[in-house]
Amino acid sequence: MQEAMISKAKQLLADGTVTRVIGWKKGEFAYDITPAIFESSEEIDRDFVYDDFTSTNVSKYLVKESKKEGKILAFLKPCDTYSLNQLTKEHRVDRDNIYVVGIPSDGKLDIEKIKAKGITGITGVERDGETLKISTVYGDETMSVADVMSNKCISCKSKKHVTYDELIGEDGEVITSDRFDMVEKLENMTSEERYNFWRGELSKCIRCNACRNVCPACTCENCVFNNPDSGVENKAAADSFEENMFHIIRAFHVAGRCTDCGECSRVCPQNIPLHLLNRKFIKDINSLYGEYQAGADTTTKAPLNDYTTEDCEASIVHERGVE
Amino acid sequence: MLKISVEKIDELFKAIAEKQTLYIPTDREDGASEYKKYEDGMKLSGNLNTLRSAKDFFFPQTENLADFKMEGKKIEVIDIREEAEDFVVFGVRACDARSFTILDKVFLSDPVDSYYKNRRDHGTIVTMACTKPAETCFCQTFGIDPTEPEGDVACWSDGESIFFKANTEKGQAFVDSVSGLLEDGDTTKLDETKAKTKEIMGKLPLANLSTEAFGGDKLMEHFKSEKWAELSESCLGCGTCTFVCPTCQCYDIKDFNTGNGIKRFRCWDSCMYSDFTKMAHGNIRNSQLERFRQRFMHKLVYFPSNNNGEFGCVGCGRCMSKCPISMNIVKVMKALEVK
Amino acid sequence: MNAIDTLIPHIGVVTDIRQDTPDVKTFRVNAIQPDGTASGKVFEHMPGQCAMLSIPGVGEGMFSITSSPTNNEFMEFSIKKCGCLTSWLHAMEVGQQITIRGPYGNNFPVETELKGKDLLFIAGGIGLAPLRSVINYVRDNRENYGDVQIIYGSRSKDDLVDYQEIINEWEADPNIQVNLTIDREQEGWDGHVGFVPNYVKELNPSLSKTVLICGPPIMIKFTLAGLKELGFTETQVYTTMELRMKCAVGKCGRCNIGDKYVCKDGPVFRFDQLDELPDEY
Repeated sequence: MQEAMISKAKQLLADGTVTRVIGWKKGEFAYDITPAIFESSEEIDRDFVYDDFTSTNVSKYLVKESKKEGKILAFLKPCDTYSLNQLTKEHRVDRDNIYVVGIPSDGKLDIEKIKAKGITGITGVERDGETLKISTVYGDETMSVADVMSNKCISCKSKKHVTYDELIGEDGEVITSDRFDMVEKLENMTSEERYNFWRGELSKCIRCNACRNVCPACTCENCVFNNPDSGVENKAAADSFEENMFHIIRAFHVAGRCTDCGECSRVCPQNIPLHLLNRKFIKDINSLYGEYQAGADTTTKAPLNDYTTEDCEASIVHERGVE
Repeated sequence: MLKISVEKIDELFKAIAEKQTLYIPTDREDGASEYKKYEDGMKLSGNLNTLRSAKDFFFPQTENLADFKMEGKKIEVIDIREEAEDFVVFGVRACDARSFTILDKVFLSDPVDSYYKNRRDHGTIVTMACTKPAETCFCQTFGIDPTEPEGDVACWSDGESIFFKANTEKGQAFVDSVSGLLEDGDTTKLDETKAKTKEIMGKLPLANLSTEAFGGDKLMEHFKSEKWAELSESCLGCGTCTFVCPTCQCYDIKDFNTGNGIKRFRCWDSCMYSDFTKMAHGNIRNSQLERFRQRFMHKLVYFPSNNNGEFGCVGCGRCMSKCPISMNIVKVMKALEVK
Repeated sequence: MNAIDTLIPHIGVVTDIRQDTPDVKTFRVNAIQPDGTASGKVFEHMPGQCAMLSIPGVGEGMFSITSSPTNNEFMEFSIKKCGCLTSWLHAMEVGQQITIRGPYGNNFPVETELKGKDLLFIAGGIGLAPLRSVINYVRDNRENYGDVQIIYGSRSKDDLVDYQEIINEWEADPNIQVNLTIDREQEGWDGHVGFVPNYVKELNPSLSKTVLICGPPIMIKFTLAGLKELGFTETQVYTTMELRMKCAVGKCGRCNIGDKYVCKDGPVFRFDQLDELPDEY
């Protein structure tokens, strides 16, 4: 796949379709891939990579990049195309200035899961079908790919590209996933259990803002949490409940716009399952307003932005909150 | 050398915890480890290092500096400082132990930061030599030997026993306080373990990373480098690197009105944040490039310039594992050292 | 705990407030004596040094001490209204207590490099505030310095800070040459009209002078260029800087220009020193 992408990128650069390419760049090790912008064939030959660790969703970078002079080529995985569609819908990107090449993804790996198995001193990772061969300074290891698949890929919702100018390979289908299982589990907890679950998770937060900054739905020019006049701009936690507010407010703000790309949980340095907050909203929106997938297209009105006589009554929402 | 059998480590922890507060690295449910106040039954983590660094013990993420009572036009300053209680941090790695030396240069230089000094005075650092360094480790770049950690007391494990050596007066007092549990032991196997670790150190992918291209005398050369644009292009501007870093110590001071007086807090801040240098009339670092450059220039050029060549990094590798986009000081060093 | 910590502030009381210009007020601050009366200074300082002033719950900020150390009765701060804290300060009344800590930073080298020298002060707008401390220090130790010239400009006559002191004391002082200018013609103004950088070139000051300059960055930039055209060298020109600060003692890490902290190594810099640093200010 990497070879096909490289030759496609070089071709589109050469024929002038695009002036820049956003993709991923090799790192020091087998897994530390960085999103990068390439402007020449030489740079692409030297650094371009697409492998098991290119999980970063590059759609958000297009907010800035699509406003620059010249068209940019973006290689987007199926899930990334939902983010781009949502950004297009919100007029955050200039879609006409982006050339999307849809690329398939058979799931990305989570290096943290590999390391959690006690594997360290990693010098190489090689995928052979469903087996992963890992070389380390302490000797070689093998494991099953499924064991170290990243969480966002385990609960993959779609193999289908919802926007593209060109595809490499065959397009896939929207798939049924078990992504709401954990949400249901949380719903079935008593309020005390649920409170303890979230206190346990959210108290780990170090307020690094990685979740917000990586989130394609968080594109405010000046976030309320950075605005000294907002009254909630806090870097110092005046009480231990502070970080809850940050995540809850953020979840509310992206409700109906979050495509469930999973980046928030992927980047969290404290491994907080932040996506569960968003999934709860998605699940609720689905059940209250009918099935809705943010980013599936660029025209459907989002349930929370569209008021109809069929909307559920406020009292229904209220009753659901009472145990 | 004084030692205790690995099986008896719980007894040792219990004995320490009876006298003072003890913190040990322990595993969480998600497999990551963090320092926690010791309680009976708590297990020492087998991980190489904690997710957050040990700087929290002396420079916590948030702390109350002072309180103020406001009444009409009057202001009363309430000094809320209290003498800290003695505490022990067990299992600190060589990189984090060195980070205290770096933090000391900031907080203990004139004028001394009494909040930091208070905790520093009352904390005993018990380090633990590394036996299984990771690919992200590059402490040796900064002259740190993970098999000979600093700290008030240094410890080594050979798999069967844990050996103790006091490095300071405070450390000696600590060893004396638990000497009833320690016995004299042979270090033959330990020496083998150390040698094996050193051999691995040589094989690590970053073993040859050098600081030669950096230091105070390279200020303008690096500041003006054209590489910053590419290095910083995908930086998210989050504070992950800063907050997991054992040497990042920039802070903010914030006041909160509790409704019953004002609390003044100090909290970690990050030069990666857009409002870090924002003033009423403008911002001197408007782009992420400038903010990104500041962080690495501080560690590789400004800090050594002001501190006799000491770099503001200990090579713990946390930023390497935690940066959401895998950009880090090693990539910066490698890019900048190429002319 | 009784260790002294610079982060724990003293209390001062505002004993006089002067509306200097439409957006600048000068605040007089006294210490509170054990008997509760307000008199004297909270601490001593040198010309050019700063203090952190705060209203708890509103904010804390670094301000240049405008009064001269030779004033034994009080400290003064000329403050322009531009943000949250300064707006609060502008709204307060006499008798309000504030917190104050300092003095911070270095000072203009009035007792060393500047001693015996001919001095030229160039200020624009609120930029006079930090220089006023030096000017009055020099006036009170007049025998230690050569010629003294002050070139000061503002948008309008109403925007000249300390205008009363300038006309009543400085212009009346036969040992000081004062040249005022405003940006645009204005009724009731028969003085010079034009921007400071051009006025400096017109006045063509003697190259024997050591220059102390403070004002908006754009004014400093063009004035410095003009001075260089006249033949001045960077080693002859001093300025004072302002960046965001939290601790004021070189620890919070945000006011650096390269490896120098404005709060600790500055705020006073000579231009040849700034030349060796990144232009991040």
